[in-house]
Amino acid sequence: MMRSRDILGFTTCAATAYPMRTGLMMLAMAIGVAAVVLLTALGDGARRYVVREFSALGSSLIIVLPGRTETGGVGAGSFVTNTPRDLTVDDAAALQRANRVARVAPLVLGNSEIAYAGKLREVMVIGTTRGFADIRNYTVAQGRFLPEEDWRRGSAVAVIGATLHQELFGTEAALGKMIRVGDRRYRVIGVLAASGSGLGMNADELVIVPVAAAQALFNASSLFRIFAEARNRDAVPGAKTQILDILKTRHDGEEDVTLITQDAVLGTFDRILGALTLAVAGIAAISLAVAGILVMNVMLVAITQRTSEIGLLKALGATGGVIRLVFLTEAALLSVAGAFAGLLLGHLGAWGLRLMFPMLPAYPPDWAIFAGLGTAIVTGVLFGVMPARHAATLDPVDALAKR
Amino acid sequence: MAQIELDNIQRIFQLGDSQVHALQDVHLRIDAGEYVSVMGPSGSGKSTLLNLLGLLDRPNDGHYRLEGRDVTTLSGDEQARVRRERIGFVFQSFHLVPRLSAEENIALPLLLAGIAPHDRKARVAQALDDFGLAERGDHRPDQLSGGQRQRVAIARATIMQPAMLLADEPTGNLDRATGEEVTRLLEALNGRGVTLIVVTHDPHMGERAQRQIRMEDGRIESDSHPPAA
Repeated sequence: MMRSRDILGFTTCAATAYPMRTGLMMLAMAIGVAAVVLLTALGDGARRYVVREFSALGSSLIIVLPGRTETGGVGAGSFVTNTPRDLTVDDAAALQRANRVARVAPLVLGNSEIAYAGKLREVMVIGTTRGFADIRNYTVAQGRFLPEEDWRRGSAVAVIGATLHQELFGTEAALGKMIRVGDRRYRVIGVLAASGSGLGMNADELVIVPVAAAQALFNASSLFRIFAEARNRDAVPGAKTQILDILKTRHDGEEDVTLITQDAVLGTFDRILGALTLAVAGIAAISLAVAGILVMNVMLVAITQRTSEIGLLKALGATGGVIRLVFLTEAALLSVAGAFAGLLLGHLGAWGLRLMFPMLPAYPPDWAIFAGLGTAIVTGVLFGVMPARHAATLDPVDALAKR
Repeated sequence: MAQIELDNIQRIFQLGDSQVHALQDVHLRIDAGEYVSVMGPSGSGKSTLLNLLGLLDRPNDGHYRLEGRDVTTLSGDEQARVRRERIGFVFQSFHLVPRLSAEENIALPLLLAGIAPHDRKARVAQALDDFGLAERGDHRPDQLSGGQRQRVAIARATIMQPAMLLADEPTGNLDRATGEEVTRLLEALNGRGVTLIVVTHDPHMGERAQRQIRMEDGRIESDSHPPAA
């Protein structure tokens, strides 16, 4: 029986004797594996990015929305009315009584126009209170945040984001200047430090005014959201119950609000993006199956090219088993080499991706690397079996007659 | 007991609807150490006979005993083993592996037999020396002359020290002088006791054998020295 080291040497020599064929086969494998590595790096990077962004919001945050989106039982109030009551500033103020809640900030949101010294732009206006800065971890670069005052009063002051400051004032000092938002005038009392992130609400381009001032500006009496922060992470469930109780009492016994916690949102996004990564990996794996078929084709061509050599080996006393092993080893060898070349290529691509999008942590997950390599090698060998068997069963007389 | 005993051998090829009797009722005894030439026109069955003797082909009927053992009933793997250890082939077109050096081509049967690399090296070096190829060990076939290629092929055929050497037109692709040289080499090997069976078109070469067999239409037409009994 032939020694395994000799089989390896013989097949390596055979593989390197046809560089074009070998190169093509390795390329197909490499592209498949690189696709798996790169795409999962992208998917997993997106997942990690979103998770990180959400975590930045604070994990003890509870957001109160008007209206109920979750299915619940039939309560006494549900026969009275089915249109949810609006959230009001008084509702938000009432929540401050809950002992498990550290901070509460009402939120009014709208689009308007901001103008200063003839410069004009669209802007997102937030009406809120002092506590919002702490809940969202805003840092004030110049001046101060909104003052502590009666929530219904609404003095004509504004805090602007870093980008807005840059665009409207340039190098000029902003503090104390009057800006116009919509048809009202506000005095700038603070500028936020540049933060750059914040899921949909880029703090750098916000104007923040007292909640009552925003309600007057948008001629609204209701709130868009109430942001509440529990005392700590463990207090979140208790805080939710308290908030619900308070609001239920205030809304004539009807539970017409929805509470969203960070963990729930985070978990959902984590699951969605995890599934997406898996799906993308699956699609990339199809290219590996295609590579496998190419391996089979190339091996069949190789056998046709080397028919007389197979005949010779048989005449020299090679059994069918040895011939099969030789060709299977060759397919496996090329698959392994291609798979590792692909791994290298994929890592290179992921590195390039990280260079291009520094905020995206595009690292391929470990499972994807193992799955990619494993699939490549298994398909390579699997698709090598048929050609190898074909070679083993060739008739030696016919094979020798082939030139 | 003769080395080779063929009894009532039939070999039939199916070509479309018609059957071609490549070999019909072949009886043949060849003793160890004999020098036999097989001649005859194309299609007379001489190559089929050689393939059968080399266990590359199986008869449809009849028995082939090699060194007293019936080899027609052996499995494919067992036949491969017999080929590896008892039979050497020399082909008209040399059949060297183009990507391997002369050395590596000669070592192929040792490789297939699983001989240790150290042992292999010594035996291949000896063979290169014996066949005047000492300077050509690392040359690939396309860097060798026709005569050198056939010498590499003969070295490969004899490296396992087989009992018989089967040569199919061994000088067919060589010029007269080189052919003569290769023939002398084969005869020298026969002189050391290896049975030599040569299939040839060349009457000049055929006549040099002690025993000449003529074939026609799948039958043995004449045998110059049929064994007694």
